[in-house]
Formats: sequence, C-alpha cells, structure tokens
Amino acid sequence: MVVGKSVQRVDAVDKVTGRAKYTDDLCDKQALIAKICHSTIGNGKVLSIDTAEAEKVPGVVKIVTCFDIGEKHYFPTAGHPWSTDPNHQDVADRLVLTDRVRFYGDDIAAVIAEDEVAAAQAVRALKVTYEEYPVVLDPIEAMKDDAPRLHEEYPNNILNHTSSRFGNYEEAIKEEGLTKVEGWYDTPTVQHCHIENFICYAYQEGERLTVVASTQIPHIVRRIVGQAVGMDWGKIRIVKPYIGGGFGNKQDALYEPLCAFLCKQVGGRLVKLDISREETFMSNRVRHAMKFHLVSYVRKDGTFAARKFEAYSNQGGYASHGHSIAAKAMGAFPQLYPCENVECDAYTVFTNRTVAGAMRGYGMPQFAFAVESHTDDVAKVMGIEPIAFRKQNLMPVGYVDPFSKNELYTDSFNQCMEKGMKYIDYERKLKEYQNQTGDVRKGIGMSVFWYNTAVWPISLETSSCRMVLNQDGSVQIQLGETEIGQGADTAYAQMTADVLGIPFENVHTISTQDTDITPFGTGAYASRQTYVAGFAIKQTGLLMKARILKYAHELTRMPEYNLDIVDGNIVRTTDGRELMTLGELAKEALYSLEHCEHITSESTAQIKSNAYSFGCCFAEVEVDVPMCKIQLVDIVNVHDCGKLINPSLAEAQVHGGMSMGIGYGMSETLLYDEKTGKPLNNNLLDYKLSTFMDHPHLEAEFVENEEPTSAFGTKSLGEPPACPVASAIRNAVLQATGVAVNQAPLRPQVLFERFKEEGLI
Amino acid sequence: MSEKQYKLLTCTINGKKTETMVDVRASLTDLLRNDYRLTSVKKGCEVGECGACTVLIDGEAYNSCIYLAVWAEGKRITTTEGLLGPNGELSDIQQAFVDEAAVQCGFCSPGFIMTALEILDSGVEYSDAELRKLLSGHLCRCTGYENIFKAVKKTMYKRLGKEWKDC
Repeated sequence: MVVGKSVQRVDAVDKVTGRAKYTDDLCDKQALIAKICHSTIGNGKVLSIDTAEAEKVPGVVKIVTCFDIGEKHYFPTAGHPWSTDPNHQDVADRLVLTDRVRFYGDDIAAVIAEDEVAAAQAVRALKVTYEEYPVVLDPIEAMKDDAPRLHEEYPNNILNHTSSRFGNYEEAIKEEGLTKVEGWYDTPTVQHCHIENFICYAYQEGERLTVVASTQIPHIVRRIVGQAVGMDWGKIRIVKPYIGGGFGNKQDALYEPLCAFLCKQVGGRLVKLDISREETFMSNRVRHAMKFHLVSYVRKDGTFAARKFEAYSNQGGYASHGHSIAAKAMGAFPQLYPCENVECDAYTVFTNRTVAGAMRGYGMPQFAFAVESHTDDVAKVMGIEPIAFRKQNLMPVGYVDPFSKNELYTDSFNQCMEKGMKYIDYERKLKEYQNQTGDVRKGIGMSVFWYNTAVWPISLETSSCRMVLNQDGSVQIQLGETEIGQGADTAYAQMTADVLGIPFENVHTISTQDTDITPFGTGAYASRQTYVAGFAIKQTGLLMKARILKYAHELTRMPEYNLDIVDGNIVRTTDGRELMTLGELAKEALYSLEHCEHITSESTAQIKSNAYSFGCCFAEVEVDVPMCKIQLVDIVNVHDCGKLINPSLAEAQVHGGMSMGIGYGMSETLLYDEKTGKPLNNNLLDYKLSTFMDHPHLEAEFVENEEPTSAFGTKSLGEPPACPVASAIRNAVLQATGVAVNQAPLRPQVLFERFKEEGLI
Repeated sequence: MSEKQYKLLTCTINGKKTETMVDVRASLTDLLRNDYRLTSVKKGCEVGECGACTVLIDGEAYNSCIYLAVWAEGKRITTTEGLLGPNGELSDIQQAFVDEAAVQCGFCSPGFIMTALEILDSGVEYSDAELRKLLSGHLCRCTGYENIFKAVKKTMYKRLGKEWKDC
C-alpha cells in the first residue's frame, strides 16, 4: 500500500530542473502583447478616452476602450460551480472593460501591441477624462445613507445580509449573575502573493477559442469565458499547465475573459496578457477585510448563556465570491462553541477597495482571529485558563451539524490540543510567563479551528476521473481537479496505485487540464480535492479493475472472483499464484486478433457528504514593548485531517499555511489612500510578505482519526493551516503584556497605539 | 519615438559560448527566457523583490530581472538548466530539494536553488541565522521556507563532510 507513505512528489524533478512548464513558458514568442489601462480614480465614470497619441506608438496593433466593447455581456467571476437555478447564481456584475469605475485600478481600456514596450507606452499615452465621485473604503461607512452608492441595485451598498437565530438572546441575557464580554475585532485586506502572477494567452482555431491560463479552475473558467464573450461554452477550450501558486486568487476568472475578448478583436491572433505584481495587488482579488462585533454573556461556571455575532465584510468594488465568505464565517459561530441562545448577522458591503474573493480559509482566518481572540478575552475576564475554558465550551464529541450533517466523531480537539501543549511545553511556560514586567516579555497563546471539506450541501460536489491502461500495465489518470503546488497529482497517483493494485511508479497523473479532453471537475478550492477526487478515483479504479479481471478471466479461464491484481500482477487468490503480469494482459488485450480491447474506465462521483477537519495552533512570542516588536519564538500547528495520504507533503502544506498565518497576524496589510482609494503598498517590498528571516522553525503535527465518510479516510488540509495562527500569536501577546490587540496584523504601528492606550509606553 | 538599439553580446551561458544581438533595454531575464528559452528563470515581480529570476553570474547570485543583458558581456551565466551532470544526474542541491519536499508549486524553486548553490560553493559553514539571512532575498508562499532551509542546511553539511543532524 502506498497511501500513507511519504513518496516523492511526481513533479519534483521537473520542478527542480526547470523543465516543468508554466503558462508563460509555453507561449509562442510571436504572441501579441496586451496591456490593461487601469483607472486612476477609485470611484466615478470614464467620460472619454483619447487614443490619438497612443495610436502613434510604433508597434501598436489595436486599442480597445470601454466604449468599444459592443454588446455588453455581464458575467460573474467567482469560481463556483454553475447553478441551473437563477436564484443561486453568482452576481454577474463585470464587463471585460468598464466605463463605470468602482475601484482604483478598474479595467477601462486595453492596448494590443507587437511587444511589451509598445503596449506599455501606448497605455501611458491614453488620455482619460473622468467624472469623479467620492470614495468609501470602510464597510460600516459604506452602509450609511449618505455614502456613495457603487451599484444602483444595492441600496446602502449591501450586497447581502443574512442572519441566524437560535433560542432567545434577548431573554437569555436577563439571567441573574451573567458577565458580559464585548469586543470589536478587525482583520486586514491581504493578498495571496503566489509567486507566479496571473497570466494567460488566447488564440482561435476556426470557430474555437483556446485560452491557456494560470488558473485553479479550468472547467469553471470555460463557462465564464463563454458567458463573457457571448460564445457557446463548447467552443471554448481552457488549458491549465503547471501554475505558480493560486491560494484562491486563481479561483476566480481574473483576466481570461478579457484576453479572450481581445483575441477576438484581432481576428483570433495569439494574444498574451501578463499581469505585473503591482496589478496583482491592485486589480486581482484580495481576502475580505472584516470587522466583527462579538458579545458573550457568561455564567459564573464559565458556560455561555447567550452570544451575539456581527460581521461586516469588505467586498471591494465587485461581487466576486460575495457573501459566501462572510456567511461561512457566520455559520461557524454557533458550531465552534455551541450555545443555546445565539444571534448572528453578517453583512457583505461594496466599497471602493480592491475586489475581494476567495483566499485560503474562505472567511475562517477572519473568523478565527475574531472569535479565538474573543475566547481568550472571555477566559481572562472569567479568570479561567484558556485551554480549560475551551475544553469546557468547545463542540463536544458526537456534535452533528443539522445542515451539513457533519459530525465530530472523535475527540479530535482534545487530542490536537494535548499534542500541541506537549510540543511547546505549554503548562510550564504559561506559569513562567505570568505577571511579567520589564521591556521584553514572553508569552504563550493558542487558538483552535474547525473547517469543512468541500462545498456540499451549499453547492454541487462532483468529480470525474478517467483511467487508461497502457501496453506495459501502467495507467494514466485524468481528473478535473488541479495540481496547484499542494501535491494533488502525487496523492491521486498514490490512491490509484492502491485501488488498482499496481506499483506507484506505474501510475501517471496527467497534470495538465484541457477542457477538451479532461473529464469534468470543478478544480482546486474549498480544501476539497483529496476528499472529492478520492471518491472518483476509487469508483473509477474499481470499474477499471473489474474490466481487467474480466479480461483476465478470458485469458486464464479462472473465475473473476478468484482473481485479484497485486503489485501489478494478476494473482489467483485461492493459492496466491501469479498467473501473468498486468503488462502481459494489457498487451494481449490491445493487440489480440480475437478480442481487442482498449481497457479504460471513466466515471463521475457526485458527493453528498462533507467532513469536519480540526486542529489548533500554539505560539510563543517575545514582545519588545518599547520597540513595539514581536518576535515569534516557536510555533506548532496540530491537525486532524483524517488519514494522511502523504505525510511529508501534508507537513509541507501545513508549513505554508502557517507561514501565511504568521504574515496575517504580524505584518501583511494592503493599505489605501483614504481620499482616492489608491493602494499604497502594492508591491512585495512594502507589503511585508514574510521572508526567511521572519520565521522560526515551523512545527507541523497530526492526529490521524480516519474520516468515516471518506473514500480514503482523509479530509480537508489545504486551507486549515492558515486559520488558527494569527489568533494564537495575538493571544500570546495578550499573555505576555496583558494587552488585548484586536486589530490584525499586530504590526508595530498597531502595537504602539495599543501600548500607549494601556500605559505600557 | 526612437529607433530600437541593438548591441552584440558575447557571453557564456551554461558552459556554451554565445553571441546574441540584444535590445539594449532588455534584461538578462528577457535574454535567457526569450532568446535561449531557459524558462527556469522565472518572472515574479521584475523589480528584484522576489528572487525567482536568480541566476549565477561568474558564480555570484543576481536577480536577472534587474540586470541588463548587455552587462553580461564576457560573463559566465549559469541557470538551473545548467546544473545537471553529464548523464542527466541532479546536482546535490536539486536532489536535496526533492528529498526534503522543499518543492510545492515550484515557481520559486529554480531561483532558490541558484542562491543555495552560491552559498554552498563558498565552502563556508554558516549558522542557521546566517543561512536564513543569505536566503532571504527569495520569497515563497507555499513552503514557509521550512523544507528549503532543511535542504540547504543538509547539503551544506554533506559538502563539509559533517554528519547530518536533524535541523
């Protein structure tokens, strides 16, 4: 069995030799180059674009402005499966180019030129006049009656507001002897910062249009490009080669629609659209900044009597993934610490910031920062040690979510916390770091999380797989579920090897998705792929195995029920004899003059289950109070994501999530000019992405309780590692200094204000 | 608009002597990617922030995106493509990246490998803090740098003939 073993990544050698090809590496050198003209105002209307000077730039092929787009095809960009029910479709509020500017960096025109320099010069030579409106950058400000309205059809800029109620909050808070703990918590706008910026190129062959793109979701992008350029979806072909990271940004149709449109504008010639780092920050997607208002009424015994949750999610200029993200955060609140009387409200509000979409964690990093900071605040007020308080109130074993039917089957929270406490020596340090004075103080803190796996029952869950047997007994597999760096292709090969009974080396996962030939699957998001593809691989593999054994019966005259495939051989199970190799069978099957058969299998698994994944983070910090600086001394994440398919790759994936969480907690924030909405630090230097020097050793540990609903015992791990980190760091700072810092990231500017308020400096 | 200016550039790329007419405005990244299709040289920012385009110039690691192609006159350029042995064997640092699971999306890997090579070729035994500083010109969003650190440290020890300690 190879599932559960740390086998080498199938793409590792190609990636360390530079042979792995990414979008730009594949594009023909003759491609025309497109550059986008972005708005230099944050809110308003384009009145005119004078192209005269730009037309004179040698090498310019065509200039297309927002006034030249012809028939307006509004399209949604979120990387969600399409819904045939119009009430469940994403908001279609984008055009390939727009004259109504809703954020600084909106797309108002594009230049196609023979080379990059000409395209860039021509963009600079465009003369744009605007009618400028005031900007609003904060969701609570944007909800006010006198705020500028971004979209006519959304009063008070509210894209959506949903609520949930359990019990009776108003009555419950009247109980005698309750302690009220209340807090506002604030999370920043951050960007995914995959090292490969978004890039795509498009060309036509006959009536058909191909877009090669750095995307997580080729089959979804096919549909969106069709919608955006008004073409039949079957005439669009999306190819996804290796991609240099995505983290949710590329779970959106970014510029595939515009590139396809521009390609058509020049008669189907090859057009490449390569996005700069500065554009990636300004005009792609970001994580929703959220403001939370949390209230807890706590009994003397440390149990919750009533709780309130309000979230205000900053959507930026367009709907993208929209309210799904705040709704997911809200849905978690009554579950993590169940309480009989709960009031929840979540608002997603348009502002003139960068458009917010999916980013690793989909609302849960925001949720965890607010709720797990608040948990420590409550524990502190009640005088209860934070872990004891959690143990008393956390989702109990046997808890079932009535909506998703998810269940906490095992004592995962406690098992994860025990492991984390042991690694970091929690109890000793908690005591040692109490009541410190002086300039430099140490602290220890922690945070828990839970996370869903895949999107059922909110949305469609489906995965299709194809397997093909080669002459030598090796097998190719194809899935719509994409490799984006996490190691998916390797996990699929491991699963396939075990289901078929063939050596791991004999499985080849075709990494590239091509919507003309790859079976339908929705792609990399929602930490779904290992879970969801697992069903498709198992089902298709069993189908494949049955076909192989049927053919083996013809060749060996043994009944199929007495045959099996073991380590690439056809084996008679009654005595264990190897009757022939799978290669011998495959060769015979393909070249037989009597019964020729190309043995393949293909099937769709629709998944109507979901699974909770659990874990925690412990962080130890050293706070230099006068310098307002935090040094992260030690950190550990512990995950129960069921059975590990490949422990070494799982560990590596956790490291990356922890790193992202550290940035979220300590340094990363996209800043905007209050007057214009212009991003101020849209480059990797000023944005403060964590470097090698900003991290201590990252410890990743696991508890492996096999998930009973899963084809391979596994469940979500992609996003969870990023969720609990910022709050663990924040709680460590609370323990070190006694100061609750409710704004992430805890950068020196924020600490300075808080330490000043609390009289530490 | 002025006419494009070209200059003849003579340099050695991965051991091979080359002559190329280059646009004087072109970066070394442009030259290597476009003229020689050495696509291990990645573009992540094109302003010297991310390190993905790092190559060795006379043994020293540079961000090739902010190094003009014409400056490479007479220089010896090495990219990741030039590291394989005569029979296609991986170099020690490439093998270490594979063994330590230091590769995820792979986009930053070639650049990291080139800087690691500069560090290793120095023959110096660096402390953990020094190694982290020397590698800090590269950004990675997938790995948290953890396994990259292990790969470089492990190879450093191996080259120095020291015992591998779990680090």
